[in-house]
Amino acid sequence: MLGLNSRDFKLFIIVCIMALAAPILLNPFPTASAMGESFNAGYPALMQRFVIFGILVIGFNILFGLTGYLSFGHAAFLGVGSYAAVWMFKLLSYNVVPAIILSVIVAGLFSVVIGYVSLRRSGIYFSILTLAFAQMSYQLAYSVFTPLTNGETGLQVYNDDPQILMGENSPTVPHFFGLEMNAQSVVDVAGWSFTFQNGYYLSAVFLILAFYLSIRIFRSPMGLMLRAIKSNQTRMSYTGINTKPYMLAAFVISGMYAGLAGGLLAAMDPLTGAERMFWTASGEIVVMAILGGVGTLIGPVLGAGIIKYLENIVSKINDGILHNWFAFMPDWLDNALVTIIHPFIGKGWHLTLGLLFMAVVIFLPGGLVQGGQKLGGLFRRKKTDDAADGAKTPAE
Amino acid sequence: MGILEVKGINKRFGGLQALGDVNLSVAENTVHAIIGPNGAGKSTLLNVLVGKLIPDSGSVMFDGQSVLGRAPHEINQMGISRVFQTPEIFSDLTVFENVMIPCFAKRDGAFQMNAIGAVTGHGDIKDMAEAILADVNMLDKRQMTASSMSRGDKRRLEMAMCLVQEPRLLLLDEPTAGMARADTNNTIDLLKEIKEKRDITMAIIEHDMHVVFSLAERITVLAQGMPLVEETPENIKGHPKVREAYLGEAQV
Repeated sequence: MLGLNSRDFKLFIIVCIMALAAPILLNPFPTASAMGESFNAGYPALMQRFVIFGILVIGFNILFGLTGYLSFGHAAFLGVGSYAAVWMFKLLSYNVVPAIILSVIVAGLFSVVIGYVSLRRSGIYFSILTLAFAQMSYQLAYSVFTPLTNGETGLQVYNDDPQILMGENSPTVPHFFGLEMNAQSVVDVAGWSFTFQNGYYLSAVFLILAFYLSIRIFRSPMGLMLRAIKSNQTRMSYTGINTKPYMLAAFVISGMYAGLAGGLLAAMDPLTGAERMFWTASGEIVVMAILGGVGTLIGPVLGAGIIKYLENIVSKINDGILHNWFAFMPDWLDNALVTIIHPFIGKGWHLTLGLLFMAVVIFLPGGLVQGGQKLGGLFRRKKTDDAADGAKTPAE
Repeated sequence: MGILEVKGINKRFGGLQALGDVNLSVAENTVHAIIGPNGAGKSTLLNVLVGKLIPDSGSVMFDGQSVLGRAPHEINQMGISRVFQTPEIFSDLTVFENVMIPCFAKRDGAFQMNAIGAVTGHGDIKDMAEAILADVNMLDKRQMTASSMSRGDKRRLEMAMCLVQEPRLLLLDEPTAGMARADTNNTIDLLKEIKEKRDITMAIIEHDMHVVFSLAERITVLAQGMPLVEETPENIKGHPKVREAYLGEAQV
């Protein structure tokens, strides 16, 4: 179906359902309950981050997962994409279509330049070169390019901007041909309240498209060539294949994904700043990819989702909330538990993330996808007693 | 005029003269062996032929075109394939994927942006790959990961990857190094079979004289970067200069 084999098609359908039903799936607890207040993730601002960073990491995975070239400067493309989108809002109108198109094009051009230079080296030197470029972009955005980036203040739309395509009744927030991005409808069902937001659904559609395209690339001859480059570059060149254009193509595709993510971020909230390009942002992308499973199809989406979940959910839990949960216990036990858990919540969410990341890298080098495979294999073994089948097939 | 003409190649590594005025002429559709003691410059010569090294002076002509200064992938596209001393294969990929890549290189050239259609949709590539795997008796191993195979199988796979491109010149760097006698004989048979089936020129570097004398039609002896003799196998046996190079000055 759709040019995919049956397994990939199944995976694709699962992702479609997850993306489209996220406002329901991510609200498993009644809205007013204690669990709901703490753990429900089905609110638009967070769901947007899930899918936008999902797109970003899917693109990153086309480069890192297939070719093994670790780019440590992908946030630069995200930042450039955001700037391009906000400029479209400033110059044309709040319609997100030209903004997103330009952000992809600009990030693509930018990645041609950075890729052309960085790909002269491989391994750690490639990573360092991309890191250097990204940091350079960040510093330039702060200082030299202030007229383009508005420096420290960040780029945003002002009333005296030209906005030449703005009609009298045009919306004054980002919109898709009149559909305002921040417009939402709330549906209340027996204690649950589900929020369906236009902006989220626009991003979700792009996630589905991005995911579909990445499956096609993974299964294409080009995907095979990229995996072969990762496996043995020497053999590649003695097989008559010029690896450079393949690498550059992968790099640019990956950069354009990042540009799309940047454009979407700006479409959700029409302002941007240089900190989007900071090196920790690039590092976060790497962590997401490794946590989810490098070189797998679904891994990047999982990794992005989990990190954004921890960042937004675990960091909001505080001692007061913990005391509420443990209220039924005797005081001494309540206090003891809160003392133990305290370092892992609130600002300590980085500790939780760090431990999770270490555990994954040590025990599941293939990321959470490998964990899922192991679990799946375990169940299948119990069911059919056919051990070899379950463990061997790479579920991607 | 041979298909491969090497004239006056010099290559120095610092103070070491790796190749000194090497001339070599390989006639079309023959098997030409290059032998010599360790450090004679055999591998250096091969590296010059495939574009890995650029010599200080001299010329290398393949089928009337200069090879020097071209990138390895360009030289391969001219019709020169190389089998390495330690098999260079795509260890992480399956056997079938390993042979499909040279098929794509043969059909589409050095670069082709083919990012949307599935690999499985290219029927002609699949047929090419299956045919060559049948030729080297590996069709039943097609779904195996290349790294999990035995050393002999890896060599056969690498051979298949080179042959599927139908090269006009196949360079073999010690194709039987570290093999048991039975595997060595299998490799000799395989190479003989290939030679019978298609028009191909082979240049072999080899230490094992059994292999050399089973296959070669011409033999060039290198010693300390200089070509000593170029002769037929019959005349090489017992050639005084060759004995000297291998055994030293001592009278035997």
